[in-house]
Amino acid sequence: MVEKDYILQVSKLGVKLQDQVILEDINFKLKKGKTLAIVGPNGAGKTVLFRTLLNLVPHTGEIEWTDQVKIGYVPQTMYVSDIPISVKEFLTFKSSANVKEALESVGLEAKDFMNKPLGVLSGGQLQRVLIAWAIIDNPNVLLFDEPTMGVDLGSVEAIYKMLDDLRKRREITILLISHDVHIIRDYSDYMLALNRCVTFFGNSKKIGDLKVQRMIFGEPVCLAYNVE
Amino acid sequence: MALVGDALSHVALPGLAIGILLNFYPFIGAFAFLFGSAVAIWYLRKITRLSFETLVGTMFTLALAIGILIIPEVDLLEALFGDITKVVLVDAVLAVIFSAVAIILTKIIYNRLVLSIISEELATSSRVNVSRINLLYLILVSLVVSIGIKIVGTMLVGFLVVTPAAAAKNISYNKFRYSVLSGSFGVASASAGVLLSSSLNLPAGPLAVLSGMTIFLITVTMRWASK
Repeated sequence: MVEKDYILQVSKLGVKLQDQVILEDINFKLKKGKTLAIVGPNGAGKTVLFRTLLNLVPHTGEIEWTDQVKIGYVPQTMYVSDIPISVKEFLTFKSSANVKEALESVGLEAKDFMNKPLGVLSGGQLQRVLIAWAIIDNPNVLLFDEPTMGVDLGSVEAIYKMLDDLRKRREITILLISHDVHIIRDYSDYMLALNRCVTFFGNSKKIGDLKVQRMIFGEPVCLAYNVE
Repeated sequence: MALVGDALSHVALPGLAIGILLNFYPFIGAFAFLFGSAVAIWYLRKITRLSFETLVGTMFTLALAIGILIIPEVDLLEALFGDITKVVLVDAVLAVIFSAVAIILTKIIYNRLVLSIISEELATSSRVNVSRINLLYLILVSLVVSIGIKIVGTMLVGFLVVTPAAAAKNISYNKFRYSVLSGSFGVASASAGVLLSSSLNLPAGPLAVLSGMTIFLITVTMRWASK
């Protein structure tokens, strides 16, 4: 049973794929309405953790979500360049209601974007449409796998600001994977560092600490965290 | 996945050959072989994670080799290139029934199929059974290919599966327009091939291909001109 005020509790989570240990002994919990940044070097298991939270990957240990949890997911990559599908058609794959509202929530004018093909959108616009996709059916949790990969620098800050506004307005809990240190510091409450196991879990402001950075991105140190 | 339709069409050849040799309706042999190969490709992909293109490429060259070895020489040309003069009422009725099934099945899985192509992860996270959709897609391709084999043969039917859709893609901005135009261009290519065949007294299959290619080149020009 997930404790009051918490939306997610992960205990002794382990994932093995093709006889290789990808994740082991992952323990953490997350409060409702907070943003958790998941960091770590390439191959640390961040995307696998997301897929495990979505129950797409077999695992050991426990993942407990609060009752009535509804998850919206934005994957790292999407191939759209020559597929003739409009923004409206893409969003209605998930829900035909709230298309206009979902687009406007992410700062896109519905009348300008509804009929545009996905293939002509810029990186930033496509990312916003993916976020609209994720929120269109009113989830209370959002999972973003590197939401600004392939997006120009100018749009990165705007997207995170928009995510933060969404979180506050809709009281959504956000889990995001990011490599950007200042985004982690400015737009998340907690940070979970992974390198097969948990190497750090705590206040994301600590990312500014050089010792913590070395711990996360340098030699891995597996730490035991008691979930209280 | 785009070339699956073309390559899979060649897999029908051994099925046609067996039908001719054992004196039962070759269309059934072709469809049975296509269906069996579709299931085999789907299963192999599941266990090996090799791409569809690799598996279909392997299967089609094997099928082509077996088909050419066992089909009687006198029937080989007809199997490879079709013969519209040999189409009878039963063929037409079967084509209508199979087409109806293909259209209904496509309508049912279309959104999930497109989502799986755009992003398997997005589809899976939206609870789409991507593996099942891939299997249904392969079965659909088998159905559509087996409908066209009698008229255009195994060598050219793949063209009718791929090229009208490619032409439609050049001038489509949404899936509704894309699906309407793909179907229309397919019908136009096949109809033009059949009409030209009767007036020029030449095989319908290659003429359908030339008609379809003409449509494709027109749409390429339209796309280029719109830039």
